[in-house]
Amino acid sequence: MNVLNFAHAFFSDGAHWHGYDGIPTRFSEHVQYSLEALLIAAAIGLPVGLLTGHYGRGGNALALVATAGRALPSFGLLVLMFIWLGFGMLPVMIPLVVLAVPPILVTTYEAVRSVDPSPVDAARGMGMPEARVLLQVEVPVALPLILSGLRTAAIQIVSTATIAAYISFGGLGRYIIDGLYQRDYEKVIGGATLVAGLALATLAVFWAVSRLTVSPGVRRSG
Amino acid sequence: MIRIDGVTKRYPDGTVAVDRLSLEIPDRAITVLVGPSGCGKTTTLRMINRMVEPTEGSILLDGRDIRQQPVNTLRRSMGYVIQNAGLFQHRTILDNIATVPRLLGWTKQKARARAAELMERVGLDTALAKRYPYQLSGGQQQRVGVARALAADPPVLLMDEPFSAVDPVVRKGLQDELLRIQDELGKTIVFVTHDIDEAIKLGTKVAVLRTGGRLAQFAPPAELLSAPADSFVEDFLGADRGIRRLSFFPSRELELQTEPIVAIDAGADRLASRATAPYLLVTDLDGRPLGWSEPDRLTAGAVEPDRLLDFGRPFVPGTDSLRTALDGAVLSPTGWAVAVDGEGRAVGVVSQQVIGEAIRAAHGRVAEQADVGAGR
Repeated sequence: MNVLNFAHAFFSDGAHWHGYDGIPTRFSEHVQYSLEALLIAAAIGLPVGLLTGHYGRGGNALALVATAGRALPSFGLLVLMFIWLGFGMLPVMIPLVVLAVPPILVTTYEAVRSVDPSPVDAARGMGMPEARVLLQVEVPVALPLILSGLRTAAIQIVSTATIAAYISFGGLGRYIIDGLYQRDYEKVIGGATLVAGLALATLAVFWAVSRLTVSPGVRRSG
Repeated sequence: MIRIDGVTKRYPDGTVAVDRLSLEIPDRAITVLVGPSGCGKTTTLRMINRMVEPTEGSILLDGRDIRQQPVNTLRRSMGYVIQNAGLFQHRTILDNIATVPRLLGWTKQKARARAAELMERVGLDTALAKRYPYQLSGGQQQRVGVARALAADPPVLLMDEPFSAVDPVVRKGLQDELLRIQDELGKTIVFVTHDIDEAIKLGTKVAVLRTGGRLAQFAPPAELLSAPADSFVEDFLGADRGIRRLSFFPSRELELQTEPIVAIDAGADRLASRATAPYLLVTDLDGRPLGWSEPDRLTAGAVEPDRLLDFGRPFVPGTDSLRTALDGAVLSPTGWAVAVDGEGRAVGVVSQQVIGEAIRAAHGRVAEQADVGAGR
């Protein structure tokens, strides 16, 4: 049997479509973990990235944080947090957030830093308050790059959120972990396919958001 | 009036950008700050809207220290135009121009109506209103920059090398447009440039700054050209300041000769009566110049326009300067300049010698006035 047959067998089995271990439940759990982790990471990464980018300071410190964050293995962190903090959502969220903050932070910083300085100078010279210079002049121009940082983070979260299952949480990782344990390869392949599908859906969402929020003037000239 | 009073800008590393500069910038006129790079001209301009704070000294606007009002209130009362325009690429042309009115709390509708009015004022087609900056040429972008600075009708306009990044033809158009707008609006304009020709063309008064931020000379352009304060100013003005100075002398008093002008259909007797002139200017039936010819090469009824000598560039006596007239004479192979009216019809010709005499006379008058001015 090849991979496609496994996948087909998994998805055509009616038992996989309802109940607490059904695809809709696992899927929405996965989406929920991913969204939570992305929101927390954005709440940390965006403000810090915007401010450091705006004032042009702290680039070296950011690079350090980013490298450190990327060097930490998510799975190792999960086990470590589980041992320290015990059972709960926190040991799952920490590795996901640690994974997602560096791309958001570094891209946002670079995005704001790379905005053409002359409109910023013009805005200040016309008497625009500093907060509006950042939000109304720099951010709209930096938006495509900022969104690409969020997108990278979101994709990484979606694929890594499978590890939540390792410490008995739900999500699509459940199928992969359980499937491996039960030697039920239909389940493993089915779970992996769903994770990949969700990652693609995430890409589509970001494409749509960017179409809606990025000004045509920036999109075309960028 | 803007008064710059003993202003120094020293940076923490010890560099002095502006050194004890004092200037009185007249109202409703264009004051140009000009000098080589590193002379502190941009720093000086940026101190007027407090983009740079002076280390010493003060700047007064209508007698009040500019630090007495909130910085953003001050900046909104001064239009600001920079090199490359600095437009907001995510906003339409109309919304770019409406920026300061919006900051002042105008409704979107009122701000946009005002913006549309300004597009016309600076010579932009209102069809461009919904476009984005990347869809405009450099010259059009710079016009938007000027419109944006004028949007809230500020009494003061600060312009930092606004026309440096566009090609010479577009630059000339923008300069002419600025002069025209200034005739209509009468703003107090401070204009920074490194281009002495631009300074002389636009400035009511020109401040020449030298490296290290010190004032070398502050005078009207004609005075700058006739009496540079020192060798630095003289060098900065360039080699042909004598010729450029002629721009300030009108050509209207030149004595024009009409005898050497003949129409293309002139008869043999008419040609014969003009045969003493060294050259004759042949015009078409409407009186527009076609070219020069020696009298004995002309045959009545058989003038071939292609075989005539080039007549150079004609000048308009009422509006053009002696510089244009002299240029016309130098360009013409005969050494005679052609004067035309507004419609391009020849009204007379004038030789280099006559223009030379007019230049000497004009210099004499300036010297006389200077003597009177000095109380002698």
